[in-house]
Amino acid sequence: MAANTNFEKYKSNGTLAGNVLEWVDARFPATSMWKGHLSEYYAPKNFNFWYFFGSLALLVLVIQIVTGIFLVMHYKPDAAVNANGVPVAFASVEYIMRDVPWGWLIRYMHSTGASAFFIVVYLHMFRGLLYGSYRKPRELIWLFGVGIFLCLMGEAFFGYLLPWGQMSFWGAQVIVNLFSALPVVGPDLSILIRGDFVVGDATLNRFFSFHVIAFPLVLLGLVAAHILALHEVGSNNPDGVEIKKLKGEDGHPLDGIPFHPYYTVKDIVGVVVFLMVFSLVVFFAPEGGGYFLEYNNFFPADPLKTPPHIAPVWYFTPYYSILRAMVWNFFGLPAKFWGVVGMGASVVIFAFLPWLDRSPVKSIRYRGPIYKTLLAIFVVVFFILGYLGTQPPSFWGEKISQVCTVFYFGFFLAMPWWSRMDKFKPEPDRVTM
Amino acid sequence: MKKFLMALLFAPLTALASGAALHLDKWPGSVSDKAALQNGAKLFVNYCLNCHGASYMRYNKLMDLGLTEQEVKDNLMFTAEKIGEQMRVAARTDEQKQWFGAAPPDLSVISRARASEAGSGADWLYTYLRSFYRDDKRPTGWNNVVFENVGMPHILYGLQGQQVLNHETHKLELAVPGTMQPAEFDKAVSDLVGYLVWMAEPGQEFRKTLGVGVLIFLALLFVLAYALKKEYWKDVH
Repeated sequence: MAANTNFEKYKSNGTLAGNVLEWVDARFPATSMWKGHLSEYYAPKNFNFWYFFGSLALLVLVIQIVTGIFLVMHYKPDAAVNANGVPVAFASVEYIMRDVPWGWLIRYMHSTGASAFFIVVYLHMFRGLLYGSYRKPRELIWLFGVGIFLCLMGEAFFGYLLPWGQMSFWGAQVIVNLFSALPVVGPDLSILIRGDFVVGDATLNRFFSFHVIAFPLVLLGLVAAHILALHEVGSNNPDGVEIKKLKGEDGHPLDGIPFHPYYTVKDIVGVVVFLMVFSLVVFFAPEGGGYFLEYNNFFPADPLKTPPHIAPVWYFTPYYSILRAMVWNFFGLPAKFWGVVGMGASVVIFAFLPWLDRSPVKSIRYRGPIYKTLLAIFVVVFFILGYLGTQPPSFWGEKISQVCTVFYFGFFLAMPWWSRMDKFKPEPDRVTM
Repeated sequence: MKKFLMALLFAPLTALASGAALHLDKWPGSVSDKAALQNGAKLFVNYCLNCHGASYMRYNKLMDLGLTEQEVKDNLMFTAEKIGEQMRVAARTDEQKQWFGAAPPDLSVISRARASEAGSGADWLYTYLRSFYRDDKRPTGWNNVVFENVGMPHILYGLQGQQVLNHETHKLELAVPGTMQPAEFDKAVSDLVGYLVWMAEPGQEFRKTLGVGVLIFLALLFVLAYALKKEYWKDVH
């Protein structure tokens, strides 16, 4: 079932509204899109808790765009120092927090939304791992998803510079400097990214441009592609069986229900629960214990004062740990270069999952102890790497992160072998509720 | 199995999290104590605002502490003309940099910036302001246990008196008493810190109150949303 074609055009019942819809429908696929994506998009009826995070990611995207639009009205990407000796960008954020009516709420929603986006997306990706959602025929959905994730990381990185606090400045300094480790082009590339020899006004302005225009545009395009591809092949489900194989006399999947109204009303419940958790942070702990808004970032950026410990925001720390775990020079290239390669590879490797996983079944429900054990260890390893990335470098931290890094890559690279060796249970024909 | 995994997950966290180098005294105050905040504002304006600005903070915000416009003007506004002005210092930052070696930082959000794993920003400030001691090796004649070799002299020494560091016990001892008894001084610093905490986000109490309302609304919405979902899903088997 193609998602947005082959539906009959609307025929008016003679009322004014009906006539308008018929006029529009003759010129635009309104009915087709409504039916193809919502009222006659058949989704498996056995979605569980893990299936809330797709629609929640969309909700957070909308929150970020709407709050972002209002923040831009008062935020000033200017690194110059004002009459009170404070950088204009930093002062404009505090202006939003104090003098703009409801500015504090908009700003806290945006800063909390950034962390919420990553929490929701990480859970959404984990769902893919649980039920094999990336497997054939959904490889392209997964690839668009990895693109969204990369884009989101860029978006978060650029946005984090904008408050122009100490962590904004030094975090950007560290990350942009990493590019200088690339052979031949590195030093020039890092200058090209900064637009200057140090992180400065040029950097702030271009990061602002990337954050509010370039990356959101790409992100929206990728989200549209992600959803279109999903609706083309249909959703996976916790049993990992294809509902389209068994259709009723009406031509609809036996185990499918129309997305609207069934999943729209269900997702509203998810939205309300999410908003409750979101509000707990926004209204009662907007700093998120120093993880969502880092304490040091309440000091304005000072190029002459390097903080004793520079930590990225929590959602980057697993990859940051992998970067720091690489401490050896190989093939005449410095450890820093291999750190960058490791960090990049640790994110990009997700894209290869559809071809690394060779198990005959999709869902964890019918996979054996090998997958369950390795996936559990992978989650633990991811948390440990994440934690270590927030901490200052230490002897044991380095050793532990090296062991975790080996496991992290081993999990993926050895998957073609271990994913086949497992003990599998037979998949059912129909989904189980 | 699940419990074991959870333990495995958090074991390294607890192992590495301990090891805070700095001991901070817990700030005993509260941001909802209006009288204390007013006293803190008075101390702030009289002692801190000579060198440190609070340039995101406007004088009229002080009316949220239960003061009238006239009271603010008469008692707390010394360097500003209009009630809507920001709390600035007369000296320019470049001049201050010449005098002190570093410009005294803006204090608007200092209580948020000073938070760390060792304690809240309020704990840090409360300990810091009570930890100055005499040190002849420093150009100002003062040093601080919490912030070693700090550029700032002990502004409140008239109130606290002069402490010295006992190098054997590593404890501070009061050598010359000030105009306040130690307990009295602790209370004054606590009030001042309370003001700094309040000033870092004057709307924080309102934010929490609003949050309760929002959560009640969402709880009611949840009941409706859940009932709607149940009704629609009756026929899905």
